[in-house]
Amino acid sequence: MELSVNTQALAYLVSAILFILGLKGLTHPATARRGNVYAMLGMLIAVGATLLGHQVQSYGFIVAGILGGALIGTLLALRIQMTDMPQLVAALHSFVGFAAVLVAIGTFFARRASGDLDALLMSEVSAGIVIGAITFTGSVIAFGKLQGLLSGAPVKFAGQHLLNALMALAAIALAVHFAMTGSLLALFAMTLLALALGVTLIIPIGGADMPVIISMLNSYSGWAAAATGFTLHNTLLIIVGAIVGCSGAILSFIMCKAMNRSIINVVFGGFGSDGGSGESAGAQAAEKGIKSAAIEDAVYWMEDAGKVIIVPGYGMAVAQAQHALKELMELLEAGGVEVKFAIHPVAGRMPGHMNVLLAEADIPYDQVLEMDEINSEFPGTDVVLVVGANDVVNPAAKEDPSSPIYGMPILEAGRARQVYFLKRSMRPGYSGVDNLLFYQDNTSLIFGDAKDTIEGMNSALKGGGH
Amino acid sequence: MHEVLDPSIVALTVFVLACFIGYWVIWGVTPSLHTPLVALTNAISGIVLIGALLVAGDPEAGLLTQLLGFLAVLLASINVFGGFLVTHRMLSMFKKKK
Repeated sequence: MELSVNTQALAYLVSAILFILGLKGLTHPATARRGNVYAMLGMLIAVGATLLGHQVQSYGFIVAGILGGALIGTLLALRIQMTDMPQLVAALHSFVGFAAVLVAIGTFFARRASGDLDALLMSEVSAGIVIGAITFTGSVIAFGKLQGLLSGAPVKFAGQHLLNALMALAAIALAVHFAMTGSLLALFAMTLLALALGVTLIIPIGGADMPVIISMLNSYSGWAAAATGFTLHNTLLIIVGAIVGCSGAILSFIMCKAMNRSIINVVFGGFGSDGGSGESAGAQAAEKGIKSAAIEDAVYWMEDAGKVIIVPGYGMAVAQAQHALKELMELLEAGGVEVKFAIHPVAGRMPGHMNVLLAEADIPYDQVLEMDEINSEFPGTDVVLVVGANDVVNPAAKEDPSSPIYGMPILEAGRARQVYFLKRSMRPGYSGVDNLLFYQDNTSLIFGDAKDTIEGMNSALKGGGH
Repeated sequence: MHEVLDPSIVALTVFVLACFIGYWVIWGVTPSLHTPLVALTNAISGIVLIGALLVAGDPEAGLLTQLLGFLAVLLASINVFGGFLVTHRMLSMFKKKK
C-alpha cells in the first residue's frame, strides 16, 4: 500500500489535532495521562503515514535508527532519577537540535543530487541549521552545568555581547551567501559559527537561572522543528514546531516574571554561583544574631499546630528529602494537623520540578499549592517549614528597594506564627542576597542535612506520643 | 491565466495560526504539570523524525546523506521514546488525596 500525498496530509492533520489535544490534557492532572496517550497516537500516525508515503523507498537505516533510538530512549526514561529530570530534558533538547541540523544538511544534499535547489529552499535549510545548531550546543552546555560537569557560575568577559552579535551577523551573511551560491564552504562555516554561538549564548547565564535556560532551549527546539518543516514544506512539523516554540517561550516568560526580571536581563547573564564553604554555620549565625533551634523545638510547635505549611526548594531535591517529608506529613496529619505544600514558580532547576518530586513521594497533588493560591493562608498558619529554599521567601523582595531581588513575588512565609528553616549552612541563596527573614523574631534555623533533620522530626513525633 | 499560490505562503499561514493555538493551549496548562509539559513537548518535537525518515529512506540521495539521515532518525527516536515514556512515568505519580 502506498499513501498518496493528499492522504498523507490528512493523516498529518489528524496527528496535529491529537498533539494539540494531548497538550490540552495537561490542563489538569486527572486528564494528563490520557493527553500523553493522544500525543503518542499522533506520533504513531505521523510516522506511519510518512513510512507509507512514496518518498520513503529504503527501510534498512530507518529500522536500525528507530530500534536504536527506542532502546536508548527507553533506558534513559526508565533509569532517570526524578531529581535529574532537568539534565534529561537538556539532553533531549540537544538531540532535537542535532537532528534538525542533520535533516537540514541531508535535505540539501538530497535535493542537490536530484538537481532541485532554489534560493528559498537554501535559506530555509540555513534557518534549520542555525537554529538547530544553537539549540544543540546550548543544550549541551546547559546539561554540563546541571550535571556539575561545568561550573554553574556565569562566564562573562568584556565585549561578550558585541562578539555574540557579530557572530550572529556573520552567520546570517554566510547564510545569504550560501543561499545565493550554494557554496559548501559557506554552509560549513555557517554551521560551525552557529554551533559556537550556542555555547557563547548560554555561558553567561548563571546557574540560578536554570529554569529559564531550560524553558528557552525548549522553545528553540520547537523553532528548530518548525524551520525543518519550512524546509520540507511539511505542515505537521510546522504546526508542532510552532506550538512547542510557543510553549517554551511562555514558560520562559512565567519564570522571568516569577523572578521579576526581564528575559533580556536573564539572557545577558548574571545570577548564580557555585557558592562558598559553609563551615561552623551555627557560629556564623549567632554572630549575625540569628537563632538556631533544635529539632525538638520545631516538633514541639508542629505537634500542637492547627496548620503547617512546608516550602520546598532545590535543597530538598539535593538532600532527597521528599520521602521523609511525606512521612512527616502523615505523622502530623495523624495528629490532626493540616499540612500543605507551597511551591514558588522558580523553585528547583526547571519549571514544576518540585511538584514532580513531591508527586514521586506520593504526596497528593491537591495538597500542593502554587504561590498565588496559598499566599493568603500564611497568616493563619502556625508553623512554616522551609526545606532547602531561600530567596523565594526572602522579605527583602518586598521591603528593600536596594536588594537585587526587589520586586520578585515571594511566598509570604514570614507571616506565619513560627518559621523554621532547614539549612545546611549559612550560605545565602543563589542570588547571593542575605535573607531578612532569618532575623525575624519568629524565625529559627535548624542546621544539618534536610533529610536527616526531617527523619529526626519523624522519630521524635513517633516516640513522643500525644 | 491562473495565478498559483506560493506554498511558502501556505506554510507561513499554518505557522502563524499554530502559534496562536500554542499560545492558548499552553497558557491553560496547570503550573504543577510544567515539568511533564517540558517532557511532553520534548517528545513531540521528536517529530523531526519525519524529516529524518525522508532523508534516511531516499536511496537516490547517496550513502553519505542516508547515513546523516540514519543518525537523525536515531536521535529523534530517542526523543520520541524517551520523552513519551518519561512523561508517562511522571504523570503516573500525580495522585489525588485518598
